[in-house]
Amino acid sequence: MLEQILNSEAFFLTMALLASTLRMATPLGLAAMGAVYSERAGVVNLGLEGLMLVGAFFGVLGSYLTGNAWLGVLLAVISGGVLAFLLALVTLRYKANHVVAGVALNLLSLGLTSVLLVAIWGNRGKSADVEGIYPVNIPFLSDIPVLGEIFFRQSPFFYLLIILMVISWFLFYRTKWGLRLRAIGENPAAVDSLGIPVNTYKYIAVIAGGMLAALGGAYLSLGELSLFGRNMVSGRGYIALAANILGNWNPVGVVLSSLLFGFANAVEMNLQLYGWPTQFVQMIPYVVTIFVLGGLVRKVEAPKALGEHFDRGDTHV
Amino acid sequence: MEALRMKGIIKDFGSTRALDQADLVVKKGEIHSLLGENGAGKTTLMKILYGMYEPNQGEIFINGNKVVINSPKEAMNLGINMVFQHFMLIPNLSVTENIILGQEETKLGVLSYKEARKKVMQLSEQLGLKVRPDMRVADIPVGEKQRVEILKALYRGADLLILDEPTAVLTPQEVKELFKVLKALKENGKTIIIITHKLKETMAVADNVTVLRNGKTQGIIAASEATPEILAQMMVGRSVILEAVKEDVNKGRVLLETKDLTLGKKLKKINLQVQQGQILGIAGVEGNGQTELLETLLGLETATSGSIYLNNTDVTQKAVKERLKIGLGFIAEDRNDRGLVNGFSIWQNSVLGYQDRYQKNGILNMQKIYVASRQIVSNYQVKVENIFSKTSSLSGGNAQKLLVGRVFYHDPEVLIIAHPTRGVDVGAIEYLHNEILQLRKKGKAILLVSADLDEVRQLSDRIAVLYEGKIVMEGNTSDFTEEALGIYMAGGDLVNREVVLS
Repeated sequence: MLEQILNSEAFFLTMALLASTLRMATPLGLAAMGAVYSERAGVVNLGLEGLMLVGAFFGVLGSYLTGNAWLGVLLAVISGGVLAFLLALVTLRYKANHVVAGVALNLLSLGLTSVLLVAIWGNRGKSADVEGIYPVNIPFLSDIPVLGEIFFRQSPFFYLLIILMVISWFLFYRTKWGLRLRAIGENPAAVDSLGIPVNTYKYIAVIAGGMLAALGGAYLSLGELSLFGRNMVSGRGYIALAANILGNWNPVGVVLSSLLFGFANAVEMNLQLYGWPTQFVQMIPYVVTIFVLGGLVRKVEAPKALGEHFDRGDTHV
Repeated sequence: MEALRMKGIIKDFGSTRALDQADLVVKKGEIHSLLGENGAGKTTLMKILYGMYEPNQGEIFINGNKVVINSPKEAMNLGINMVFQHFMLIPNLSVTENIILGQEETKLGVLSYKEARKKVMQLSEQLGLKVRPDMRVADIPVGEKQRVEILKALYRGADLLILDEPTAVLTPQEVKELFKVLKALKENGKTIIIITHKLKETMAVADNVTVLRNGKTQGIIAASEATPEILAQMMVGRSVILEAVKEDVNKGRVLLETKDLTLGKKLKKINLQVQQGQILGIAGVEGNGQTELLETLLGLETATSGSIYLNNTDVTQKAVKERLKIGLGFIAEDRNDRGLVNGFSIWQNSVLGYQDRYQKNGILNMQKIYVASRQIVSNYQVKVENIFSKTSSLSGGNAQKLLVGRVFYHDPEVLIIAHPTRGVDVGAIEYLHNEILQLRKKGKAILLVSADLDEVRQLSDRIAVLYEGKIVMEGNTSDFTEEALGIYMAGGDLVNREVVLS
């Protein structure tokens, strides 16, 4: 009986669907985790899309230059940090509107990566193939029937996501740094009045967030395709932002909500394989996003000072 | 012994001089009241002490030693702490987390939450500052929030505690509690400065009073030697009649009436009547439905059920504009939010909402508007360069006079007045109170909503107490003692003396 189930086609399909859900959720989860950092510090991060794109590009470039995919990941993370620093600079120091700055960041990234693509590989569409990062079977665990196949034969990025989720949760809810950061997103003036350097925390959080988003981007290029394609993030940054909201700005929450969006993506992929009309099926993740944001997110609570500028001595309203 | 001496402090903001050679001397272990009108420079002086502003000139001595304080952190290291009027709490964090924020103790990088909680509880019991350490700050009442703020300061080892208008948001019972706490702190050797513009409270709790006017120190006086009249004179610079004289006025027809007025869950079956020549005061702690009542009466919100009558006309479904036409005058709760457009000139604000009366075929009669505006400015003593100045250049008191002037000038029969003297100095309060009483004498029906209990009691003929969207008690003003009012406002009743404070 059990044997029958395990060998049936429906079971096989379900397994495939679940495994691809995790695959799809990985970049979303990493980027959404990045959004948690920056938005908990009160900086709206609409630049996720651009940060992911830059991460995807420099990941491939690093791998191309060094022949080592992990050095590519390192370069991706650094590039994300640098770009996020730019976002922090214009929003925190020059008080640019967060939304406008984020959109500008996305445009900048798209332009930058497109130009460099042509400059380096002489191709408008995609880069050369590079050394990628491939799924790793975890010894013993991957041999567990069903579960092993879904969870323990994944890309290292997935394992990284889970590790980062645990670390981030601990950081936010069990350390001094996290307590302060959460407070800053709610009421920076209050935190300032306690003598805590608010802007330093904000810079660190935004930069860390950029690094995480870039890591998500690197997964798309190095973890899935081993090459960079123009505008290959194609809206995942915005979905990640939605996942961050649905996940209630919580490291564990965003991983769960990324799984939901990842599932929508996986369904899309599978339906395409079965010959459903592509144009229709491709809408699924975005439609899910709209419905989730429109319907489900009423209960979540955004950091109160999200998107606001903070000036010293601004305590008296 | 001297805990603090501030000497010759000067602070300029742009071209305005907020503090002009201000001095302050506070003895160790006393409660010192820093008294002055709005804009006198009290808060600025204290923010300088707390390291938030840098003075242009002047010296500060703590316990006899000269210090320079560049940031709140340095102030805290000197044992100075400040509790702001707008609480500096993080609603989403727990009471304990709020208290330890910035002074967290960690073990191997992990917050020692349990130890911190214990320490907070100890401190809380020791000083009689009751708080619930695990509640989210968003879910606790105002009085408790204030206790959290005070604990937060003490947790940081404060010796000198500055409280900015600490009673502004409290019910009379909570004020009493607070004063008890302050006295207990004094017994424990703490030095306390309270910033206030309330004479009564200064007299009740302070040992010494320093009065500030226009950024200058007017003098220091022992509270035992002061009277409200002396202090008011020092604050304003002339003698002030503190209590408006209320003449007897004949009451006429009912002009404003609500029947079972309900708005969702915010207002529950409100029945009110206001007669000609009568002032009905609505007392209540803020957030118990005042805003909703005001907005429903004006027509910004539509009642879910029940009805509103203006001069015997059912206006429940009528738009704001129609209600104004029938003779409703409205002085909004927040003059910056609903009352005045700050970017507009004085003349524009003078006729805002009444443009219909100044137009013909859609074209404004500017001459008529200017005449009206000049009359408002002169009749209602708005101190202003000319009617073409920006409204944002007016001080709080003058802006309020402009708003009141606009409404009174257009001769409404029924007036809804919210917080007429909020953020207004003693001199202007005297004036505004007299204007309101003048209207009462002229036979207007007036509904007054105010968070200032003294104001409600002084002006009103009748008082209705609003609690959680219900009128829990209504009666003639003389029927209520201040204490009784306070108990009703806190949702208690006189029979059981049961007050739900926390």
